[in-house]
Amino acid sequence: MSTAISIEHLSKVYRLGMIGGGTLNEDVSRWWAKVRRRPDPATKIGQTHHRRQVGQLFRALDDVSFKVGEGEVLGIIGRNGAGKSTLLKILSQVTAPTTGEIRIKGRVASLLEVGTGFHPELSGRENVFLNGAILGMTKAEIRRKFDEIVAFSECDAFIDTPVKRYSSGMYVRLAFAVAAHLEPEILIVDEVLAVGDAQFQSKCLGKMGEVSRGGRTVLFVSHNTVAVQSLCKRAVLLEDGELKAEGPASAIVTRYLRAAHFDTPVLEWRSPEEAPGNDVVRVKRVRIFPGDNREDRLITMSTPIHVETQFWVLKSDEQAHITYALVNDQGIIALTTWSQSEKRRLGIHQASFTLPGNLLNSGSYSLRFLIVQNESRITYDHEALATFSVVDASDRGGRYLGREPGVVQPKLLWTVSPIDEARNQHDCPVGA
Amino acid sequence: MKATGVPAVNPTISARRAEAPREADLSGDPAAAITIITPSRRWFDWRLRQLWRYRDLISLFVWRDFVSVYKQTILGPAWHIIRPLITTLIFTVVFSRMAGLSTDGAPPFLFYMVGNVVWTYFSTSLDNTSKTFVANAALLGKVYFHRLVIPVSLVISNLIAFGIQVGILVVVMAIYVLSGVPLHTTTWIFVTPLLLVIMAGYALGGGIIVCAMTTRYRDLSHLVTFGLQLLMYLTPVIYPVSSIPERYRWAAYLNPLTPVFEGFRVGFLGVGTVTAAQLAASACVMLVILLAGTTLFTRVERVFMDTV
Repeated sequence: MSTAISIEHLSKVYRLGMIGGGTLNEDVSRWWAKVRRRPDPATKIGQTHHRRQVGQLFRALDDVSFKVGEGEVLGIIGRNGAGKSTLLKILSQVTAPTTGEIRIKGRVASLLEVGTGFHPELSGRENVFLNGAILGMTKAEIRRKFDEIVAFSECDAFIDTPVKRYSSGMYVRLAFAVAAHLEPEILIVDEVLAVGDAQFQSKCLGKMGEVSRGGRTVLFVSHNTVAVQSLCKRAVLLEDGELKAEGPASAIVTRYLRAAHFDTPVLEWRSPEEAPGNDVVRVKRVRIFPGDNREDRLITMSTPIHVETQFWVLKSDEQAHITYALVNDQGIIALTTWSQSEKRRLGIHQASFTLPGNLLNSGSYSLRFLIVQNESRITYDHEALATFSVVDASDRGGRYLGREPGVVQPKLLWTVSPIDEARNQHDCPVGA
Repeated sequence: MKATGVPAVNPTISARRAEAPREADLSGDPAAAITIITPSRRWFDWRLRQLWRYRDLISLFVWRDFVSVYKQTILGPAWHIIRPLITTLIFTVVFSRMAGLSTDGAPPFLFYMVGNVVWTYFSTSLDNTSKTFVANAALLGKVYFHRLVIPVSLVISNLIAFGIQVGILVVVMAIYVLSGVPLHTTTWIFVTPLLLVIMAGYALGGGIIVCAMTTRYRDLSHLVTFGLQLLMYLTPVIYPVSSIPERYRWAAYLNPLTPVFEGFRVGFLGVGTVTAAQLAASACVMLVILLAGTTLFTRVERVFMDTV
């Protein structure tokens, strides 16, 4: 496989703070250094590789090198601020790198933000031409593909309406349609799948697959790890401007998720005085860990989740029990669960329960901790004692890649069978 | 990369950056083109052929500028007619009636109208192009196309407004002739397209110089509006060169815009003086400014997104 993009030692340094304003002196000294072919004095300061920000300089990208083969669909993942956008900006020549070199074979089209250059006052038809030309097509090319573009966008009926009257969905569809028909050798896709409904998403994915099957290269940048895993064979992981890992998409996604969701440490309090609780019960330790033996120790949607609580019992003559409420990121209580209520002897006890796998939907959850005395009176209430995330690590192979709605997402058994008496009834529900 | 005969990428290339081939010509077969992105480019690497490849985009931008500005306005393109007429009327009242300035014997209204139409074209174009980066930051921050596309299309779309205004000027002139006022239109009128090209060159060159510098020194954008106002009084827009005392006339001709304005008036109204040599000198200065502007602009264009 020949190389479509080769990136070598790419760095991008931004200056922070004020621009201009007394920098003429610095400008002159930098210019002088450049004339003598010395390294830029301003860049030099930031060359320490361990800290991204030195003085007024910020390293958005730090010595990144990788290659993309022709016809490859490469995923680029990383958290916000990891340098993904900067990399894309340099690749699409919006901004120049500070050091390093990129070689690109063929025409690059980016769907960085679809609809760029759409003029609200102009009609859909007019915008197709304008947007197409901005993306690098000639008028003749657009004229040739116009019908195809309109058909793809499903906006036929409104093609002569100003786009400011379009719904956001229509707007995005039209914009994506233009970009998708650009037929570039290299397509950069950034988060466009976050918009649009399931049907349109699958259409976009289909188009992307078509593009890559046609021997063209796709760079897919997303937070949507499910999408990356389903669409890309290979992926790179950016972290703090550096290339942290490169390899098979599933391995890279797992690594990314682990880094991003390693917020389930063991919580431990050394003495009852500082621990949450009341004069009856105090929490000593909370540990949340996945129940299957995944070596990445990641809590996925199919993972049983163990919650282990150690607590001090400070009064042996009080009947009490602990209750957990599992709260999702929208503040909805997904479920509550509690221990038996009884008098316990003084000392440290351990309580644990397991949330079965294939129950919770993906997202972040917090555990609200309550102490209930005499089976009726809440004597202690602690919001978000511990938090954990459930990630969707399934490979859905080209189906809807968004998060299904719902607090829980249990795997339910569906049966569909024909009923002889009612032949004209077509009940064909589709399981999740 | 071996298949297309492109030299294999090797680590020494970045070290020998000065000798490395630059951005390949994109006018050929795009599939075979290799784009090389490096931190800096050569000083005079303008990639004009690539600009030519974007001619369709230029024409669409021109068309968009013209069409979109007046959508949802009542008077629409009529504004192109109303504005110069009213400004000219005010100029006539203030400078001719009240201040009693000379118009070299030409009807004052026509004299001011010629000056005003030409000046409006120049100042609007320069002002628009000087704001290229700031006004289009959202677009330029997302997509790459040859950055000169925007200034060039602005200068051209102002040309349309200019054309309309010249049309009005001709109509007004016809009214004068019909009502018995003799006009002395000369053969210099056939030179006016050339004058217009020089004018456009100044507007484009000056505009992109300011534009390139504003990315670093923001104050310049304030200076433009102010500077243009000042420049109007330093240029014979509302007065003829002949009204300047003989001893100081050379100073007026230090301003390369002077022969252009005089030339327009000689052409349309037959008043003023202009020589071919003066125009040639003006054209040369224009070329220098345009070259300087293009060079500066293409230098800054690559990193302006980081500072705007």
